[in-house]
Amino acid sequence: MTEQKIRVLLAKPGLDGHDRGIKVIAAAFRDAGMEVIYTGLRQTPDMIVNAAIQEDVDAVGVSILSGAHMTLFPAILDMMKEKGADDIILFGGGIIPDDDKEKLEKLGVAKVFTPGAPTEEAIEFIRKAVKAKNEKDKLV
Amino acid sequence: MDILNRFYNNEIRALSRIISYVENRSDGYRDLLAKLYKSVGKSLRIGITGPPGAGKSTLVNCLITEFLKLDKKVGVIAVDPTSPFTGGALLGDRVRINEFSGDNNVYFRSMATRGASGGLTTATNNVTVIYDAFGFDITLIETVGVGQVELDIIDNCDIVVVTIVPESGDAVQTMKAGLMEIANIFCVNKADRPGSGRIISELRQTMEHRKKDDDDWRIPVIPTEAVSAKNIDKLIAKILAYVDFVKTNGMFEIHRRKQIQKQIMNVLLYRFQRDFLESLRGNLQLENIINDIYNGKTNPYSVGDQLYNQFSKAD
Ligand SMILES: Nc1nc2c(ncn2[C@@H]2O[C@H](COP(=O)(O)OP(=O)(O)OP(=O)(O)O)[C@@H](O)[C@H]2O)c(=O)[nH]1
Ligand SMILES: [Mg+2]
Repeated sequence: MTEQKIRVLLAKPGLDGHDRGIKVIAAAFRDAGMEVIYTGLRQTPDMIVNAAIQEDVDAVGVSILSGAHMTLFPAILDMMKEKGADDIILFGGGIIPDDDKEKLEKLGVAKVFTPGAPTEEAIEFIRKAVKAKNEKDKLV
Repeated sequence: MDILNRFYNNEIRALSRIISYVENRSDGYRDLLAKLYKSVGKSLRIGITGPPGAGKSTLVNCLITEFLKLDKKVGVIAVDPTSPFTGGALLGDRVRINEFSGDNNVYFRSMATRGASGGLTTATNNVTVIYDAFGFDITLIETVGVGQVELDIIDNCDIVVVTIVPESGDAVQTMKAGLMEIANIFCVNKADRPGSGRIISELRQTMEHRKKDDDDWRIPVIPTEAVSAKNIDKLIAKILAYVDFVKTNGMFEIHRRKQIQKQIMNVLLYRFQRDFLESLRGNLQLENIINDIYNGKTNPYSVGDQLYNQFSKAD
């Protein structure tokens, strides 16, 4: 009889200062019964991965509007590998062209959401991905 | 490598996993904790509580900085409420915490209250034990001072700092909110705001009147400005002075012994509750019972007797 909850860290890397979008998502995730750790603006990949490890989250979501997604996402993935935390699901959203979206998902970003995607879609995605991850964990 | 070995090798990932394991009450968590108890007893546990938005996290950030200067390893537990309606929680205290990453001497964990009665006390307590075993000299616990949450803090701390702000209203309101009884130190944060002078002198007067005899600890009222780290040195000095005071007069030990007594009760209550509910699973026809009570055929007390007797006969 465990009392497990889905834990998600939401962060805003890079220099743009808009956090309204990510706050809306944070509230939606909470309303879906998740524990959301919000870390705020201007987070470096290092800070994001350290926080994800300390908070032992199932997934990390980042929002990137600045156009720096092709450097920030890979930097976060690298940092996760370096710290042995690449089992944590990385997803994100922002203004990201389809080409880049494909490249990023090949690199290991579990899912890239484009603007206007309903929050239900993200919630559904996380639930499924976390479930799959937990089943894999059990086997080890 | 076994997770406990990794934990004792100072591996952060192992520490984090163990906390989740215990927080989730995963199989075997009690054995794990039992082992960790062998290496505890050194960490000083400081509680920071107060109304929403008083600046608790900003203060925690200042305290981390100061304790690092004193060469201390610091673990933080930041507790925020779980929504009783959805079971979710928004944990936002990290926003106020500076970048200490890369610094293995600071660890910050956000926790949601999750709801099980007595659960928070137990879960918070479990994490303090884990921190202690990991070697943190200082454990900082932030909780919002609303409802019952702040009562949990006294069960898990050696010292409680109550943070209020000029906007919190007068001393009477603070008293009503139940924050007065649990404070060992008062911190009037946002002292840069208008009205701080009034609330500081009001609180000081009230504290003077509450002192029962000369040997009592004089509860200090310290104005702070956490955003600019003003007066944090005074706050730290008072915290350390308090610890000295209670260690000298024996209250420190008495307090810890009382906490241990409570923990025993909490551990037992949790298990009884859990076993009892488990034993009911499957054969509890709750819908029918509710129907019968609603229709006046029986009542919660008779039902309780019946279920309890079933349970005690079961073994
Ligand atoms: N003017 C002023 N603002 C402050 C001071 N300390 C903190 N704040 C601001 O108060 C707001 C709330 O600060 P937090 O540290 O998040 O407060 P909190 O008590 O942890 O809030 P909750 O955890 O949400 O209850 C932030 O915008 C801070 O920048 C201060 O000394 N003066
Ligand atoms: Mg806070």
